[in-house]
Amino acid sequence: MLNLFRGFGAVFYKESLHVRRDAGTLFFSLTMPLLQMFLLGFAIDTNIRQINTVVYNADGRRESRELLDRMKNSDTFHFIRYVENDHDLNDMIIAGKARVGIKIPVDFSDRLLHNMSAQVLVLIDGSDSSVAGQAINVTNAIGLDESLRRVLQDRATFAVDMRPKLLFNPDSRSPNFFLPGLTAIMLLNVTTFLTAFSIVREKERGTLEQLFVTPVRPFGLLLGKLLPYLGIGFFELCLILFFMRFVFLVPIHGSVLLLALLSLPYLFAALSLGILISSKAASQAEAMQLAFLPILPSVFFSGYIFPRETIPKILYPLSYLIPATYFINITRGIILRGANITHLWKDGLALCAIGTMLLVIAARRFQKKVIVA
Amino acid sequence: MASATNNPLEPAISAEHLVRRFGKFTAVNDVSFRVEKGEIFGFLGPNGSGKTTVIKMLTGLLPLSEGSAHVEGLDVRMDSEGIRERIGYMSQNFSLYFDLTVTENLTFYGRVYGLDPARLKRRIDEIVELNGLGPYLNRLSAQLSGGWKQRLALGCAMLHEPKLLFLDEPTAGIDPVARRQLWDLLFELSGHGITFFVTTHYMDEAERCSHVAYIYYGKLIADGTPNSLRELPDVQPHGTMRIEISTPEVTRALRFARQIPGIRSATIFGQSIHALVEDHFNLDDLREQLLKNGIAVAEIRPLAPSLEDVFVELTNKQQALLETSSA
Repeated sequence: MLNLFRGFGAVFYKESLHVRRDAGTLFFSLTMPLLQMFLLGFAIDTNIRQINTVVYNADGRRESRELLDRMKNSDTFHFIRYVENDHDLNDMIIAGKARVGIKIPVDFSDRLLHNMSAQVLVLIDGSDSSVAGQAINVTNAIGLDESLRRVLQDRATFAVDMRPKLLFNPDSRSPNFFLPGLTAIMLLNVTTFLTAFSIVREKERGTLEQLFVTPVRPFGLLLGKLLPYLGIGFFELCLILFFMRFVFLVPIHGSVLLLALLSLPYLFAALSLGILISSKAASQAEAMQLAFLPILPSVFFSGYIFPRETIPKILYPLSYLIPATYFINITRGIILRGANITHLWKDGLALCAIGTMLLVIAARRFQKKVIVA
Repeated sequence: MASATNNPLEPAISAEHLVRRFGKFTAVNDVSFRVEKGEIFGFLGPNGSGKTTVIKMLTGLLPLSEGSAHVEGLDVRMDSEGIRERIGYMSQNFSLYFDLTVTENLTFYGRVYGLDPARLKRRIDEIVELNGLGPYLNRLSAQLSGGWKQRLALGCAMLHEPKLLFLDEPTAGIDPVARRQLWDLLFELSGHGITFFVTTHYMDEAERCSHVAYIYYGKLIADGTPNSLRELPDVQPHGTMRIEISTPEVTRALRFARQIPGIRSATIFGQSIHALVEDHFNLDDLREQLLKNGIAVAEIRPLAPSLEDVFVELTNKQQALLETSSA
C-alpha cells in the first residue's frame, strides 16, 4: 500500500520549491480571481432598473400625465425623450437609443372619463430578453393596478391578497447571488490551470521521463503534485470568503467550517481534471487551451448565471457531471440559505465520486499515454 | 522477489530476441546482446533506429512484444521496479529542474530513491567532490553551462550508487573540453566496476567504448569490441585493403580515384582520401597516375578501418539486403 505512493514525499518537497520560486505565477493566480470578484461584485447588477424609454403622449391631459408618473416612479423606466409623432417613436427604438416606447393615444383621458377601456401602446425591444421581460412585467402590473383601483374605488381590500416574501436575499443584492457561484468557478480555474501546467512543464523539459525510470510510482507522483496545489486552492478559498464577507458584505448564514470541509472534494475533482488535461496536452500552450474547455460548461450549465431549469432537456443530465453544479449548490446553500450537512451531504458525495472517477481515468491515461508513449 | 545476485560472471544486461512493435511497425526487430559488468557499452545507430526504444524496454518503461531481457540479474518483465532502483538514467536533455539549485536537484533525486538523510548527505558530498560541483551548490541549475548541467545530471543519476548507468546521448551539444572530461570520469567510474550503456552519434566516442553495437532500423547489425568489428569480413572483404591517400587536392583526386578500376570505394577524410582497394592493387601505379593528371600526392599508405568505415560498410550491406528482399 505504501509502495503505491512511493516518491510522494520527494515530489511534494520539489513541488513546494517550484511554487516558492515562481512567486509571480502564484501571485498572479491568487489575485486574478480577486480582480474578477471586484468586477462582478461592483459592476454587475442583475436587477434591471432605469430602462431607456421614449414617450409619445398624444393626449397630454392630467390622466395621461399621472400614468406616466406612475411608470417613472416604478424605477424601471427612465424617460430620455418626449416625441411628437409615431415615426420618431419607432426611430428611437430602431436606433437602439431607447428600449421601450410608450404611446398614449389622443383619446386616453376621454375614454377613462367615460368609463371605457383606454389603451396604451408599449413597444418593447425584444433583443435582450431579460430587459424585455422586466418591462412587460412592470407594464402589466401598473396597468392591472390602475384598472383595479378604478374598479374597486369603494372596497378596501382585494379578494385574494398574494404576499410573496423573498427568503435569503431579501434585497435581491447581486453580489449575494454572484459571489458564492464565482467562488466555485474561480477555484476550478486556479487549481486546474496550476496542476495541468506543473505536469506539462515537466513533459516539455523531459524531467517526467526521468521520473518514470526512478522508483517513483504514478500515484506518488500525482499526489505529490496535487497536494501543494490543493493547499493553494484552499488558501484561495479563504481569501475569497474573506473579501466576500468583509468587502462585499455578503452575510454567511451557515457554517464556514462545513464550507471548508466540502470544498476539499471539489478541489480534489478540479485537480484531477488538471491531471487529465496534462495527460492529453503536449505543450503548455495546448494545456492552456484545454484548461479553458471545462470553464464554459461550468459557467453555463452549473446554474452559476443561468438557472439550470432553463437548460434544454437533452443537455440537462450534463449538468450533473459538472463539479461546479454541486459546489455552487454548496456555496449558495451554506452562505445564503444557512444549509447544514443534512442538506448538502449528497452534493459532497457526488463531488467525491466525480473526483475519484476523474483521478482514476487520469491516472490510467497517464500510465498509457505518457509513460509508455 | 528481488534476488539481486552479485555474481560477477553474470552479465549486467542480457537481451534475447527483443521485439517491440507499435501497431504494424516493428521498431525493434529480434535484437540480442550481452553487456558484461564493468564494460562501457556504446550503442550506436541513426535517429529513429530504435536506440531509445531499446533503453525504454530495458528500463521497464515499455513492455516487450517478444523476447526476454535481464538487467542486473532481474527480469524486465517481472521486476521492472527492482531494476529501476538499481540503475541510473541520464537523458540527453539532462532532466534537471532549472528553477532548483544544484543542491536541491541532488536532494530531490536522492529522496526519490529513498536515501535516508544521513546517506543522502554523504552521497551528495561524494558526488560534489567527484564531479567538482563545489563552487556551484547554491546556483540555479538554469544558470550552469552545458558541461556543468551534464555533470549535475550525471550526479543525480548516481546518487543511489547504481551499478549500471544508462546515458542517452550524454555529450550532445556540449563543448569538447567538457566532453573529454566526461569521458575521463566515465573511465574512472568504470574502473570501480560500474557498467555504462551509452548512446552516441560521435564516432570518436564509439572508439573509446570497450564494446559497441550498431542498430539500424530495428536490426542489430554489429556487436563486438571495436577491434573485432574492424576485422569483420563484411568490413574488410577477403582480398581487399584500405589505403589513405594524402593530397592537397582532395576533391579532384576523389573524382579521379573513383574511375580507377580496382578501387571499390573512396571517401574524403579532411586532407586525405580513404579508399577500399583490391589486394593486388599497385600503390606506386596509383601515385604515378595521379601525378600524371596533375594531382600532387604527399603520401599513400595502408590503413586500418575506422569504426565509421565499419558502420558505413555494414549499413550499405544491410541496405542492399533490405532492397533485394523488398524488390
